[in-house]
Amino acid sequence: MSSAEIEAPLLRVTGLHKRFGENEVLRGIDLEVRRGEVVAIIGPSGSGKTTVLRALNGLEVADAGEIAIDPGLHLDFQYPLTEAHRYGLRDRSAMVFQNYNLFPHRTVLQNVTDAPVRVRGLPRAQAVAEAEALLARVGLADKRDAYPYQLSGGQQQRVGIVRALALKPELLLFDEPTSALDPELVGEVLQVIKELADDGWTMVIVTHEISFARQVADQVLFIDGGVVVERGEPKRILTEPREERTARFLRRLLHPFED
Amino acid sequence: MDIDWQLVADSFVPILVGGATGTVPLALGSFAIGLVIALGVALLRLSPLKPLRAIGWFYVSVIRGTPLLVQLFFIFYALPALGWVVPPWPSAILAFSLNVGGYAAEIIRAAILSVPQGQWEAGYTVGYSKAQTLQRVILPQAIRVAVPPLSNTFISLVKDTSLASVVLVTELFRVARQIATFSSEFVIVYLEAALIYWLFCLLLAWAQGRIERRLSRYVVR
Repeated sequence: MSSAEIEAPLLRVTGLHKRFGENEVLRGIDLEVRRGEVVAIIGPSGSGKTTVLRALNGLEVADAGEIAIDPGLHLDFQYPLTEAHRYGLRDRSAMVFQNYNLFPHRTVLQNVTDAPVRVRGLPRAQAVAEAEALLARVGLADKRDAYPYQLSGGQQQRVGIVRALALKPELLLFDEPTSALDPELVGEVLQVIKELADDGWTMVIVTHEISFARQVADQVLFIDGGVVVERGEPKRILTEPREERTARFLRRLLHPFED
Repeated sequence: MDIDWQLVADSFVPILVGGATGTVPLALGSFAIGLVIALGVALLRLSPLKPLRAIGWFYVSVIRGTPLLVQLFFIFYALPALGWVVPPWPSAILAFSLNVGGYAAEIIRAAILSVPQGQWEAGYTVGYSKAQTLQRVILPQAIRVAVPPLSNTFISLVKDTSLASVVLVTELFRVARQIATFSSEFVIVYLEAALIYWLFCLLLAWAQGRIERRLSRYVVR
């Protein structure tokens, strides 16, 4: 057994349930993510995969189930979630949104440094230095004083990633990070995420990019109808799915024009 | 008709001074206080709690559903009958602030709603509290949307301050009325008053343009 398997998982989700009115979106999701692991969540739209991710960041409050981040954070949703719990989740995880959701009235640098300075109490000079280093890493050093509207979608999403990294989260959450991008801009964002994976960041990525998931993920979850239909190594799931639903989803994704 | 230029010269400055010492502080003070009320009422109207929303709705409904002159008279003439005497200046400031509060509340509410939901989430995800997200993310973007309609509210307010003359506040229009009554030169004096109001409003429209340009610096042009 390797040490990674003995160690407690960084994230443990058990029996997560969530209902929007009549619609039961999550019907008992279990998920474990080890430190340094990359988990890709795939599934049809409306399957609940984004809701899982948002629950991990406190943007949705589950109705039942548990989320534990090791060490020290344990949320049991049979009790009301307090503000302290939400801050706990947001203190340890950071979200990259499909539509970037950059602050349009702040420059690139301000987008990245505002929260570390205001929320984490980092000295401004240090926050700026760290932000500049991160921006340089994703190839955007020269854009530090630009406003988001002056950037391409791919550049905006790279800033979105840097904003998340600047919070120094233990867990990075990506909600379909390339779905809003023009096809020719997808690669530059995926490349950044891949480098983060190589650097050992722990990540949960909701994505439709199957080949990317196969290349980067250690574990793939196929979610449909609010449950995990199938999980395992990407190569196995994506090439020899055991469940018919998984196979059908992958066929549709890879061959959208066939019956 | 013959124009009495001596009268024009003698009356213009007092009317202008009435504007500078009455109309301008009345409008600026009421607008500032009114905006604070408006933000509070807008937040009530956006509250997840139904009773708070109802209070906000009631306030806006009463303010917008009754004439400003009636509100002013109620404060100045009716409150003393209830044992609470409010002097002219505080009466006028109170009436105009409450009035601006009602109208601007709806503008601010709509402006806050115009900011995409994703901006709230982005604020939360970087660790801001609800108040911090409102202050640092939502309001700065909402202001840009709110400035043109708020400018209209302010320009209306400047003209509405002429109503303060009926509760004995010495402002532009009250000075003009006094001069007109003594001299019986209604045409000239009231034209002068109108001209000065117009100049004030031209100045405001110019300022509005500058503020809008400044706030639009981060938007695609």
